[in-house]
Amino acid sequence: MDTPRRIYFDYAATTPVDQRVMDAMMPYFMEDYGNANSLYALGRDAYRALEDARERFAKGIGATHPSEITFTGCGTESDNAALLGITARKSPKGGHVIVSKFEHHAVLEPAHLLEKRGYEVTYLGPREDGIIHVEDMVVALRDDTVLVSIMHGNNEIGTIQPIKELAAAAHERGALFHTDGAQTLGKIPFDVAELGVDAASFSGHKIYGPKGVGALYLKRGTPFEPQILGGGQESKKRSGTQNVPGIVGFAKALELMLEDQAEESLRLAALREKLTNAVIERLENTEQSTTVDPAHRMPNIASLLIKGVEGEAMLLQLDNLGIAVSTGSACSSGSLEPSHVLLSIGCPPEIAHGSLRVSMGRFTTEADVDYFLEVLPPIVERLRSMSPVYDRMFGSSAR
Amino acid sequence: MLYSDKVMDHFNHPRNVGVIDDADGIGEVGNPVCGDIMKITLKIDDDKIEDIKFQTLGCGAAIATSSIVTEMARGMSLKDAVAITKKQVAEELDGLPPAKMHCSVLATDGLKVAVDDYLVKHGREPIAGEVKSADPNFDPHADEDDHDHDEA
Repeated sequence: MDTPRRIYFDYAATTPVDQRVMDAMMPYFMEDYGNANSLYALGRDAYRALEDARERFAKGIGATHPSEITFTGCGTESDNAALLGITARKSPKGGHVIVSKFEHHAVLEPAHLLEKRGYEVTYLGPREDGIIHVEDMVVALRDDTVLVSIMHGNNEIGTIQPIKELAAAAHERGALFHTDGAQTLGKIPFDVAELGVDAASFSGHKIYGPKGVGALYLKRGTPFEPQILGGGQESKKRSGTQNVPGIVGFAKALELMLEDQAEESLRLAALREKLTNAVIERLENTEQSTTVDPAHRMPNIASLLIKGVEGEAMLLQLDNLGIAVSTGSACSSGSLEPSHVLLSIGCPPEIAHGSLRVSMGRFTTEADVDYFLEVLPPIVERLRSMSPVYDRMFGSSAR
Repeated sequence: MLYSDKVMDHFNHPRNVGVIDDADGIGEVGNPVCGDIMKITLKIDDDKIEDIKFQTLGCGAAIATSSIVTEMARGMSLKDAVAITKKQVAEELDGLPPAKMHCSVLATDGLKVAVDDYLVKHGREPIAGEVKSADPNFDPHADEDDHDHDEA
């Protein structure tokens, strides 16, 4: 029997560490292992590596000063810290906060906590195109709006939000603006000065860096109450001994992303279009989760609705053939509902159960896409043929 | 969340898939909003299940529990078939992840509805009683205790 192929189509979930990133990190595990806060030579070496990484990272996102970068333990921590830390310092007695309905749970959960703490939170819906529209946010803004948090690229449906316009509109009403840039960093241009945001969150493992490292950009002067307290590392913004190898790897990973960003995003967008168009052509009753034009989609995320099948069943069948994808079906997550992202754009639950996210990256080839296109249709047709309701729900032209 | 080898075997190679055209009893449970729908068709002779087939729209566990329940019920008396519990179904599959226990309810409920359908068609008293998953408002994710009625 042939060795099964292994095709990874879940780069939006995580990525493998790039060898060059690994090489950059290695010295800081066993040789230059010092605590960056120690005064002796070993500590100073680690400190220099840390501050060098901070400088390079700051440059990579267009920050004015390295001190605007706080390294954290993950993207989730950065999101949590942004929501809780900014509100706590800017308006400790409460106020109004806006987040989008299709934020990552790393933003939604602290937003729920803010509600418990007495803040009012508006959960702003995207339109059917999967975009948060500036005019919709303007209506939601209030005089007491403290903070707006809207993600740059949506992790499930891949739509890109007009952050520059959203941030400008928030500022007009005196609100601060945070964006979750975990999905877009390095993949499409992300420049904090150009976007005009006050805060932004990032994650190392989404860009071929290691897991366990994140970053929070806080524009100089942005009010922030530290959320992790201790020895006062990271300019007192985030205590805890810095993960020097992880941070060095994160900075290296970002540089590598930026080196070939333009070409890579074109290459991936072409693969995304090929995959999406071919799936829709070869399988009836399939569509993209939004109709927004390709310019507003992340180059590497294809989000498909394959009607009349359940996502987890598709995922498992694809896994049998060595293909890793993700789905927004309720069953895949063990949660109660299908993806909150798909529901937020008006996708009915019975359709959201059949969602499939194919996310591509550095090591994806056209041959991978061709293999996927070869194996998906029979899987879908077989599952549809096992369904008691497919013909009833979607017409008898099936199969 | 991990599926047992037996769940994966029944998911990858489901037994008794299809529809019995001249079925004596038909049971359909679940709803598309929840993402799981199961249909069972029965051929019954002398109050025994002679043939049984299923169709399921659903996740791996939903398909596997449907498949195993058809194997369990084949040849059984109607009385024994409606007494199959979700726990027995899960045990037969070497266990189900906790979040997937409701799928075995779907399978046992499908069978109950099909058996009662046969009995009612023949002017007899139903023996399985009401099943939750036939209710359009059925929430398969509701607290597990809600389903304990079928373990009696």
